[in-house]
Amino acid sequence: MINNNIYIYLAVMAIVIYLIRVLPLTIFRREIKNRFLRSFLYYVPYITLAVMTFPAMIDATRSPLAGAAALILGIFLSWIGLGLFPVAVSCCLIVFILELLIK
Amino acid sequence: MRGKEFLQGMRDGVPIGLGYFAVSFSLGIAARNIGLNAWQGFLLSLFGVASAGEYAALTVIAAGASYWEMAVVTVIANARYLLMSFALSQRLNPRLNLCHRMLIGYSVTDELFAIAVARPKYLNPFYSYGSYLTAVPCWAIGTAVGVMAGNFMPERAVSAFSVALFGMFLAVIIPPAKENKIILFFIGLSFLSSYIFTRFLPALSGGSRTILLTLILSALAAAFFPIDINNINNNNIQDGDQNGVESIS
Repeated sequence: MINNNIYIYLAVMAIVIYLIRVLPLTIFRREIKNRFLRSFLYYVPYITLAVMTFPAMIDATRSPLAGAAALILGIFLSWIGLGLFPVAVSCCLIVFILELLIK
Repeated sequence: MRGKEFLQGMRDGVPIGLGYFAVSFSLGIAARNIGLNAWQGFLLSLFGVASAGEYAALTVIAAGASYWEMAVVTVIANARYLLMSFALSQRLNPRLNLCHRMLIGYSVTDELFAIAVARPKYLNPFYSYGSYLTAVPCWAIGTAVGVMAGNFMPERAVSAFSVALFGMFLAVIIPPAKENKIILFFIGLSFLSSYIFTRFLPALSGGSRTILLTLILSALAAAFFPIDINNINNNNIQDGDQNGVESIS
């Protein structure tokens, strides 16, 4: 399932993520003033997370229908203001219940 | 002074560590699903200390993509830490030596950044070390426990737990989207384009898809809807994660 060496993958990730965090503290040390760049970095986390969530969420469960239900429930509960933890637990529960009913 | 700051940091790290454990547990389930063992999950989280960033790394490993792709995905998925570190650098004593700076840089995360910038005057590095010492082990151990639990749980339960991480992602992105229609629009657009790419361009790996779509869509958003510089403070960015941790603590 995993072709390349997993420890090399982890080392690459570790080095790159460390550089992202440490370079502004050591070498650059200046605030980013460029408006486009600031706006770009502002939007990146939302868009990355959205891209990674869908359709991966409906492909993660054994039944895609259960995954889709969890997606809709998760969006709804987050929208009405529930926190990270209750949203995650509710998503798990609905998948568990639906997969019990389907099979 | 150092000791007092260190202890205060450790204390403030406890609620964060508890929240971290839950998130990294679900990350561990995802790691286990693509074939990592508990030790590898532990290392992933010890060196990553980032939920979205680590999940993105897992998609690269699962796809068997190149090491270059891993590097690029890591830059994209963790770009926001660049912004946080720039902000944090303004809060350090200009005379603080390189050694301390390199240690502080180890664990700039949404939550640990938030408590660090909330300190009065210059940040005492020992405060950060204290907070890292309680929060980061919870994060790394949580991932390892998630991997092990996934191995023992029945397939049915693993399937249910697999959506936990995505549920957390939703809880991070949806509340700001409610306040900001531009974010809402771009989340919708991200869902749609990600769906189209996954279904019609399956040859493109998960990591490449994430890179490509994030770059294009974020650039479009920044070009057409630039943010008012005076209005950006870094709180905007970690609002979602903050809420989550606070609701747990």
